[in-house]
Amino acid sequence: MSYVNEVFRGAVAIAQAFGVTLKALLSSPLTVEYPEQPAAVYPRFRARHELRRYENGLERCIGCMLCEAACPTGAIHVEAAENDPEHPTSPGERYAKVYDVNLMRCVFCGDCETACPVEAVVLGHDFELAVYNRAGLLLQKEQLLNPKAPNVVVRAE
Amino acid sequence: MDWINLILIPAIKSVILVVVLLTGFAYLTWVERKLIGRFQQRIGPNRAWKFGLGHPIADALKMIFKEETIPNYTDKILFALGPGLALAPSLLIFAVIPVGPTLRMFGKDIPFVVADVNIGLLWVLAVGGIGTYGTVLGGWASNNKYSLLGALRTSAQMLSYELPMGILIIALLLTTALGTADGSGTLNLVEIVRMDRPWWLWAWIWLAFPLYFICMLAETGRKPFDFPETENELVAGYQTEYGSIKFALYYMTEYLHVLGASGVAVSVFFGGWRGPFVEQFPGLGLLYFTIKLLAMVFLFIWASASVPRPRYDQLLKFCWTFLFPAALIYMAITAVGVVLL
Amino acid sequence: MFLFIVFALIAIVAGLGVILSRKPVYSALFLLVNFATLAALYIMLQAQFLAAVQIIVYAGAIVVLILFVIMLIGGGELRDIRDPNKTLLRRLTAPRVTGAVLALLLLAAIGYGLITGTLNSASGSAAAFNNGSVQAIASVLYTDYVLPFELASVLLLVGMIGAVVLAKNE
Ligand code: SF4
Ligand code: SF4
Repeated sequence: MSYVNEVFRGAVAIAQAFGVTLKALLSSPLTVEYPEQPAAVYPRFRARHELRRYENGLERCIGCMLCEAACPTGAIHVEAAENDPEHPTSPGERYAKVYDVNLMRCVFCGDCETACPVEAVVLGHDFELAVYNRAGLLLQKEQLLNPKAPNVVVRAE
Repeated sequence: MDWINLILIPAIKSVILVVVLLTGFAYLTWVERKLIGRFQQRIGPNRAWKFGLGHPIADALKMIFKEETIPNYTDKILFALGPGLALAPSLLIFAVIPVGPTLRMFGKDIPFVVADVNIGLLWVLAVGGIGTYGTVLGGWASNNKYSLLGALRTSAQMLSYELPMGILIIALLLTTALGTADGSGTLNLVEIVRMDRPWWLWAWIWLAFPLYFICMLAETGRKPFDFPETENELVAGYQTEYGSIKFALYYMTEYLHVLGASGVAVSVFFGGWRGPFVEQFPGLGLLYFTIKLLAMVFLFIWASASVPRPRYDQLLKFCWTFLFPAALIYMAITAVGVVLL
Repeated sequence: MFLFIVFALIAIVAGLGVILSRKPVYSALFLLVNFATLAALYIMLQAQFLAAVQIIVYAGAIVVLILFVIMLIGGGELRDIRDPNKTLLRRLTAPRVTGAVLALLLLAAIGYGLITGTLNSASGSAAAFNNGSVQAIASVLYTDYVLPFELASVLLLVGMIGAVVLAKNE
């Protein structure tokens, strides 16, 4: 009798499995069609760097190189220069003449934005970093100042 | 004008059948991928063309233009022979499956079956049995442990499941004795489809369908019984060393087996091309057959999406300790019933 | 007649291939070809049922089993076990003598059949079997030949029990 019981239980279990998949078939797919639909990211997601400006157009970065010092992988390279008093690039004494980020080294730890005293460098939401050659991963100041889709997140910490 | 009936018409029918089957195979892969996608709440292929309808063509092109390699230390002859030996029988099964009633075309009665032979079902069993060789030889010739294991599994699995399948078919053949005029039964698939059966006989036949369906899954090597090619134990089983068009032939074989097994099952269990109004409009038969065939294929895919793969010893144990006795009991009851009625 | 000669030649070549090929797998495949030609010959004799059964049983099951065993024990090339130093007479071991005697017996039987004409006249009686239909074969099998039939089944049963006993013996 137990054998018959076992067979019966097995059949019921398999029927249940068929039921589960049928239910899945009848419900709509959960897929996000990513390249066409934007993929949602969490608010504190850290991806490509951006350099921010003040409302009046002045760059925030004062070329203090704290981010370069904080970076654990040496991905940032900053060269500072004195501001021209007539036409200042940033409100402080100095500004960053060269600001390079090497995305091949960056581990997106976010230490640079924590270190920055004026919240100039932030990690934005643009995660589409694939490029066809290595040069594309060496970001220069112009690229950092003009992100594809500005998405400024200033984290609390 | 004997040669028209004898050679020309069967040749035309065969060509049409092969073309339809090969296109059907290509789009069966699309249907499967789409359906499996939906079963897993995904969308499935949708990149090439509308609804991903271009995927089968893209796949075929990719397969054809890939480099064809024959690894060293393989048995070259058998390695090349394997895929062909696998594919040919899977096409041959369709020769005896009636896909529609007899139609009047061009002033001739043309039956919608390539070969109306009186051993129809035996032909299916015979050709199905030969289909094993392609897999077994290909696996052995690859000179690869995974392939060899896949080949060994194939032969044991096919041999084991052929038994309950054959016995179930015998039982169904016994029931045909109730349908023919002289009570002697028939093996001819065309006649089996034509046969009028009372509802209780249909109910009894359908009782055997779950068992038969399990045998079919195992015989076609489909999930959940895809032991010849279990990817997480044997890489790709018997087809590990194959690439390019040879791999495509094996791939084709698998889907043609599904179509063939579905065709046989539809003819034996569900009345083939029969349906309402088919007597008035014989063309409807083709439609009914296609619908039933697709329903059966859907069942295959549904099963592959629902049930996980058992262990190999469980597979054989299940066959010998449950399926085989169950089929024997079913046949015994059927035989007694047929004699008494 | 033309077809017969073609198939017969294929069958003979395949038969030779079975005993002459160095690899067991090829032997098994030649055996398969041999069975297939036999099935073709059955079809030429209007015995479709026999042809189908020939394929199902021999091609579909037995050769697959043979292949299975060959692959399990490894299907590499066979060594040449002939010892060139031994004379022909000393190579006649018991199994070879038995084989030779059996072969001679078979040849004698075929020759007898050909000379007395029993083999030739048998070919004309296909119509008596109602074109090899299943019904005709079944009725003959269960009336005229019921004793050999049952004996064969007993033989198979003995083989089966033997296999089970062998497998049980750990
Ligand atoms: S995120 Fe981290 S690794 Fe990347 S640049 Fe900033 S500090 Fe360096
Ligand atoms: S980004 Fe911030 S930390 Fe880095 S140099 Fe500019 S002001 Fe200093």
